[in-house]
Amino acid sequence: MAPVLEVSNLSTVFHTRRGLVRAVQNVSFSVNAGETLAIVGESGCGKTITALSLLRLIPMPPGEIVSGSVKVDGTDLLKLSDAEMRRARGKQIAMIFQEPMTALNPLLTIGRQIAEMVTLHDGLGRKAARDRAVEMLNHVKIPEPERRAREYPHQMSGGMRQRAMIAMALACKPKVLVADEPTTALDVTIQAQILDLIGDLRREFGTAVVLITHDLGVVAETANRVVVMYAGRKVEEAPVGEVFANPKHPYMTGLMSSIPRVASARGLTGVDATARLTEIPGIVPPLINLPPGCAFSPRCTRSEAQCTTTLPELELKAPDHLAACWRA
Amino acid sequence: MLSYIIRRLLLMVVTLFGVSIAIFLLLRIVPGNIADILFDSAGLIDPAEKKKIVADLGLDLPLPMQYAQWIGGLLRGDLGFSYVSEKPVIDEILPRIPITARLAGFAMLFSITMGVPLGVISAVRQNSGTDYGLRILSLSGLSLPSFWLGLLILMAFVHYSGTIPIYDRNASGWNWWMLQLIPAAAVGFRSAALIMRLTRSSMLEVLRQDYVRTARSKGLSDGAVTYDHALRNAVLPVITVIGVEAAFLMGGLIVTETVFNIPGVARFLVEAIRWRDYPMVQNLVMFIAFVVVTVNLLVDLAYMLVDPRIRYGS
Repeated sequence: MAPVLEVSNLSTVFHTRRGLVRAVQNVSFSVNAGETLAIVGESGCGKTITALSLLRLIPMPPGEIVSGSVKVDGTDLLKLSDAEMRRARGKQIAMIFQEPMTALNPLLTIGRQIAEMVTLHDGLGRKAARDRAVEMLNHVKIPEPERRAREYPHQMSGGMRQRAMIAMALACKPKVLVADEPTTALDVTIQAQILDLIGDLRREFGTAVVLITHDLGVVAETANRVVVMYAGRKVEEAPVGEVFANPKHPYMTGLMSSIPRVASARGLTGVDATARLTEIPGIVPPLINLPPGCAFSPRCTRSEAQCTTTLPELELKAPDHLAACWRA
Repeated sequence: MLSYIIRRLLLMVVTLFGVSIAIFLLLRIVPGNIADILFDSAGLIDPAEKKKIVADLGLDLPLPMQYAQWIGGLLRGDLGFSYVSEKPVIDEILPRIPITARLAGFAMLFSITMGVPLGVISAVRQNSGTDYGLRILSLSGLSLPSFWLGLLILMAFVHYSGTIPIYDRNASGWNWWMLQLIPAAAVGFRSAALIMRLTRSSMLEVLRQDYVRTARSKGLSDGAVTYDHALRNAVLPVITVIGVEAAFLMGGLIVTETVFNIPGVARFLVEAIRWRDYPMVQNLVMFIAFVVVTVNLLVDLAYMLVDPRIRYGS
């Protein structure tokens, strides 16, 4: 099966007064229809910029996608004209955002915000678009969809808004759905519902999902494959079971030992569930003027001389398991 | 909703009551009354005659009594007589109101139709040449007093056509429009500049919001994103300012009516103040206050129409 979404060597930079910020460097991954790929990493590691780059929503200037390709069903989105890209957004590739409180327009009804998209891409009339909006709200299990469609975002709870957001993103049945931390702003109980919903719709519509998250619990529950990002680069990629069972990159190991609950809950052996919670010392380095060598080396407990001088390439460390580390 | 409007109307009555006391007292604090002025400048010399004028006009009564007489009349719809022309105040004011109202209306219309679109363009093309040009224009609009701008316009007319646009109540067609629009532009330029600046900053703020990015992610065109999603949100603070500007407009009207020789109420008010024509000034000020308060109520109601999050009342 050919992957629906194929991203190769994507690099996005920001031209700032202080210098060139390499937010995303040479990132590649692919997702099949009906599958979920999780991109994980700390804040500032380039996850969101990667997501926005897929839809070409990076503010330009100062941002610029300098190289790579983003192919949806073989069409490279980065080569499309602006008008063609607009037609692709929402129809080929749609996005849901982190903050359901601010991601919906406060002055337009939910129904109108969904219908607007259907009218635009599927050329439906007013009435038909409205019906589709109600149908989609019903689909995301919002009770009384007729009434809710006439309501404004402020009349809904956070979970309800995120459902509406998902209804909107899936209204035109896009091939790829990019979900940028869709549950971070929600209550834990609502989180599970939203993730289940995304999972159900993914199976039903055969959508390829790119899930951006920093929550390894979410990853374990929903993803098929995992891409680990650090300082703008992909440092590890493997199927979800493999990553948790056998993490290669010290960064991933570190992330997992900061959340021992995940491993113990799934009966995986990556870390000892009874061990004291550990943290990764330090923070993600600023992406301006990164030193040569591995960007993680200053925080890495296993770093050696070679790590600080030469950048490790991504290599197969096990079957279907890529990692970029000299010590793995 | 209805209870809110009723509450606002009651509040309006309180405000107008306050205005009536303020203008009544202010006029009495200003040195001299009409009798003094007649004697000082118009050359009357007989003290008995002065006393008679003061007594006739009731200016020797205690202040609370004078106030009660005025308000009593006002509530019965009797505005009294002008001290100067000795005609009923209502007959003096009524024909002049449409002239000023039209000028104010056109000025407001000018400031909104100029300010909002130019502000949007300025924001959408932030830091471009167009943006800088428009920002200089709006800065000059805020710094140019309207009488100076009016004079510049008049001078330009003299220079290029050799004539001055003189107010003519029988003007028609092109001339009528010119006589309306040129003074209106002079009055409204300041408001236009203010609205432009505000729209620009408000738009810049809104364009950074998440929901604008969401709108883009849906594949909407730049136009739909800017006007349908962003401007609707950005226009909220602009509506507030339009309400405030309605009050400020009065100052601009006074000088502009003077510069362009327009026989409206604004210039007439200044004339009445100079003569200490109490009934005239008091009633005109009450009328203006009424208009300003009403406009502000309408602005608040307009807010509710645009923003569903705002619901007044219980």
